[in-house]
Amino acid sequence: MSGKPKLYYFNGRGRMESIRWLLAAAGVEFEECFLETKDDLTKLRKDGSLLFQQVPMVEIDGMKMVQSRAIGNYIAMKYNLYGKDLKERALIDMYVEAVIDLNELLMTHPFQPADKKEQHFATIVEKATNRYFPVYEKVLKDHGQDFLVGNQFSRADVQLLETLLMAEECKPDILAKFPLLQSFKARISNIPTVKKFLQPGSQRKPPLQEKDVPKLMKIFH
Amino acid sequence: MAGKPKLHYTKGRGKMESIRWLLAAAGVEFEEEFIETKEDLEKLRNDGSLLFQQVPMVEIDGMKMVQTRAILSYIAAKYSLYGKDLKERAWIDMYVEGTTDLMGMIMYLPFQPADTKEKNLALIIERVTTRYFPVYEKALKDHGHDYLVGNKLSWADIHLLEAILMAEECKPDILSAFPLLQAFKGRTSNIPTIKKFLQPGSQRKPPADEKFVAIVRKIFNI
Repeated sequence: MSGKPKLYYFNGRGRMESIRWLLAAAGVEFEECFLETKDDLTKLRKDGSLLFQQVPMVEIDGMKMVQSRAIGNYIAMKYNLYGKDLKERALIDMYVEAVIDLNELLMTHPFQPADKKEQHFATIVEKATNRYFPVYEKVLKDHGQDFLVGNQFSRADVQLLETLLMAEECKPDILAKFPLLQSFKARISNIPTVKKFLQPGSQRKPPLQEKDVPKLMKIFH
Repeated sequence: MAGKPKLHYTKGRGKMESIRWLLAAAGVEFEEEFIETKEDLEKLRNDGSLLFQQVPMVEIDGMKMVQTRAILSYIAAKYSLYGKDLKERAWIDMYVEGTTDLMGMIMYLPFQPADTKEKNLALIIERVTTRYFPVYEKALKDHGHDYLVGNKLSWADIHLLEAILMAEECKPDILSAFPLLQAFKGRTSNIPTIKKFLQPGSQRKPPADEKFVAIVRKIFNI
């Protein structure tokens, strides 16, 4: 009855976290419905609420939206976080897609079998510091502006910040060689809506603990 | 000097195929430069042409675009295949993400270990017929239009046709329980630009064979 977007997911980051970030950065209040057991997921499926039987699902503007990218696109457009024209959108999309790739690596880390974990961690660090971070460092260096695209706060900035923080959780000094990313991180973190989201008590979710993995596997497998 | 988009990829489907489909359906002529060896890929990387050291890469409108979805979104928007408003775009995005997941499963099949192939194929067929195709069948049934969204050809239709044909390569009678998808397939295949793309001699690529898999493994170290 509230008209606020309503998020359906488990009580953790996963593929919903980027959506939480985006809504929060846009200053949009939202509600959450947490899946705690497989029965919760089954019920949503049986209700016909999940187009492809999967979550994330977000009730927004009369739609039951699924597919995290579709949801992200819609929110970004609606709240003017998607650039001012097609070319800016293209840049934002490129930057966001790469960040999603890195997030995917970070997100799947707790689920790696014990014997693969160390190797996976090394891959994350290598990709982050050799493939991804240098690109964003250079973008900021080349135009000298505060935001990645079009001198305006966009979805690309939000998703990059999210990933920078997640990468630091993995390896605290991972930004050591990236001074502009460090100042970017501080600057974007200070935007009032973002700052609020970063404070304790917000709807931001903590990193997945190893002890939570079995419970998750039960819901989704 | 052509001003035509230029595609950089291996000479096979992979992640570039959806881009070829979309350009072709939009009636846009494009050129291709094929990566045949590891050295070709290294050269592109050393040139600074690949923002994240990866292909697909498409030179278009003065940009060297990377990231498949970014490229597809740009083309769709530019050639008016992305709906008329935000809500239509939302539906197109949802449908396209579904067909992307579906085609992604099929795409990786040739790269899987031989002993898991049969099991994976069975899973794909199960997902396609119980999770994905029913959604598109229902969408067509509910509104009774020729196209998935907004009664007009969009990226979602082109992507769905590509997915249908790929699924049929896996199992020829896979559409047997989906009469509306069969009609959709017939209708959409007959759109002149698409019909042209489906003819021999077009830039459409064949399914991956063992030889192609070996080349890709070599070039990308996988």
